[in-house]
Amino acid sequence: MSSHTLLALSYLAAAFLFIVGLKRMSSPLTAVSGVRWAGVGMLLATAVTLAFMGGVPQVNLLLVIIAILIGSVLAWVSGKRVAMTDMPQMIALYNGMGGGAAAAIAALQLASGSESNVTHAAIAAVGGFIGSVSFSGSLIAFAKLQGLIKKTLRFGGQKLVNLAILLLTVSCGVAVVSGIHADMMTVTLFFAFALLLGIAMTLPIGGADMPVVISLYNALTGLAVAFEGFVLDNAAMIIAGTVVGAAGTLLTQLMAKAMNRSLANVLFSNFGDSSGAAASSVTGTQKAIEASDAGVMLAFSQKVIVVPGYGMAVAQAQHKVWELCQLLLDNGVKVRFAIHPVAGRMPGHMNVLLAEAGVPYDLISDLDEINAEFETADVALIIGANDVVNPDARSNKSSPIYGMPILSADKAKNVIVIKRGQGQGFSGIDNALFVLDQTRMLYGDAQSAVGQLIQAVKAAG
Amino acid sequence: MIDGVIALYIFMLAAFTGYEVISRVPVILHTPLMSGSNFVHGIVLVGAMVALGTADTTPMRVIGFLGVFLAAGNAVGGYVVTERMLQMFVAAGQKKRGAAK
Repeated sequence: MSSHTLLALSYLAAAFLFIVGLKRMSSPLTAVSGVRWAGVGMLLATAVTLAFMGGVPQVNLLLVIIAILIGSVLAWVSGKRVAMTDMPQMIALYNGMGGGAAAAIAALQLASGSESNVTHAAIAAVGGFIGSVSFSGSLIAFAKLQGLIKKTLRFGGQKLVNLAILLLTVSCGVAVVSGIHADMMTVTLFFAFALLLGIAMTLPIGGADMPVVISLYNALTGLAVAFEGFVLDNAAMIIAGTVVGAAGTLLTQLMAKAMNRSLANVLFSNFGDSSGAAASSVTGTQKAIEASDAGVMLAFSQKVIVVPGYGMAVAQAQHKVWELCQLLLDNGVKVRFAIHPVAGRMPGHMNVLLAEAGVPYDLISDLDEINAEFETADVALIIGANDVVNPDARSNKSSPIYGMPILSADKAKNVIVIKRGQGQGFSGIDNALFVLDQTRMLYGDAQSAVGQLIQAVKAAG
Repeated sequence: MIDGVIALYIFMLAAFTGYEVISRVPVILHTPLMSGSNFVHGIVLVGAMVALGTADTTPMRVIGFLGVFLAAGNAVGGYVVTERMLQMFVAAGQKKRGAAK
């Protein structure tokens, strides 16, 4: 068996393990084994590739090993240390790194001039373009979620500027691929413009849309990897990259659909600064409640539905929330958790946090399962959620979120909202739920407010 | 060597596979799954290794080095965070089964 066949077979095995792994990750019971299967595939592919690098110059081999060691150790340590609540930005960061790697491969292919084949050069360039956009865009998404960039940069004619950058990137790309200007300068400009486009595209997107954006960049990185796989004749990269590209696209669509918005809308509508029109439609005042009264209300309910949101994640309140719910369950109160598909910063973000706190799955319901049950609930307890319970999405056509499916918390007999202050939520839209007659506001950080509720329920029980 | 049309076949079949594998996933696993698929495209590491292996000038070695470094971060970081998240689901499931006894 030739060494090339052995390499090809190990890549085949890796591709098989990736697909089996992803398949197993799609059920909670087999999920951990799934990521381990995929991990074995990755180790196998990397080890065999390294073993067959005997023919390359020693200095290059040394650089490969050093780069792997540094990258692995940094990622290992940061991945182990990051808090569960910060997961979305870490995924964005690691994803961006993958895109950057694909771009680097493309840069080497184009700069070396080794691609005499125009088709190959074009595929390398497209992959490099996508990878670069995914790299810089993911870094911006990371910086935004991490709080390093607080402002959302918007200005008139922004779309024209982005279009201009896109055209510049494409023309540089065409010049390089066609061989008219295949010099280092043009290649450098091509990547510089592509990176700039990723930054310019992501800066104006509001934080509420970040889940969709991260998911999109994840799919894009997959595609970029697949394209570079074509160029390098690497079937494992083609298969793994394409599978991720398709899966990521589907996931992105699911998320955009949950917000009742098209992908184009997320990327180009500058969502989240349009509070002006909607603000006027919400009239009435928010009515505050003391934790002690809210606790009594909860303790003497028959059925409570908890709606967690990003506020719970920020305050790391998931353990306290579960403590409160266990207390209520012991008192004979029926407790359910209602999860909106886009609550938090990523789909399933809330589920991860609740799982961390030890909440059993059967108490957790998604939008379709739970919405009819709000009418029978005595209390809907909103913890740091906002847009996903805004009834304006159902009734107010002028609201920017009109048409988005929401949790019908306004149908509950009583609504208690835990919120840091009176201001607007992440998307900057006023919430009609907060001024309803049956709604009471419990102001404070989710962690301390739930702590007070626990004391109040204990006192009442 | 992968011939152009064969490559298109691989591309098409892999795209359907990705679509099918994900389409039956419960919402609670969306974040871990996004993270898991993020880990899977860390396979770009093998490409980056090969690319750096063929680099012959200093600027190219720098770019190649960056590529391998970034790809290793993608693969290892993606694995670590995915496993951490999924382990929580196991823990929560076991607690539930324990409580049911």
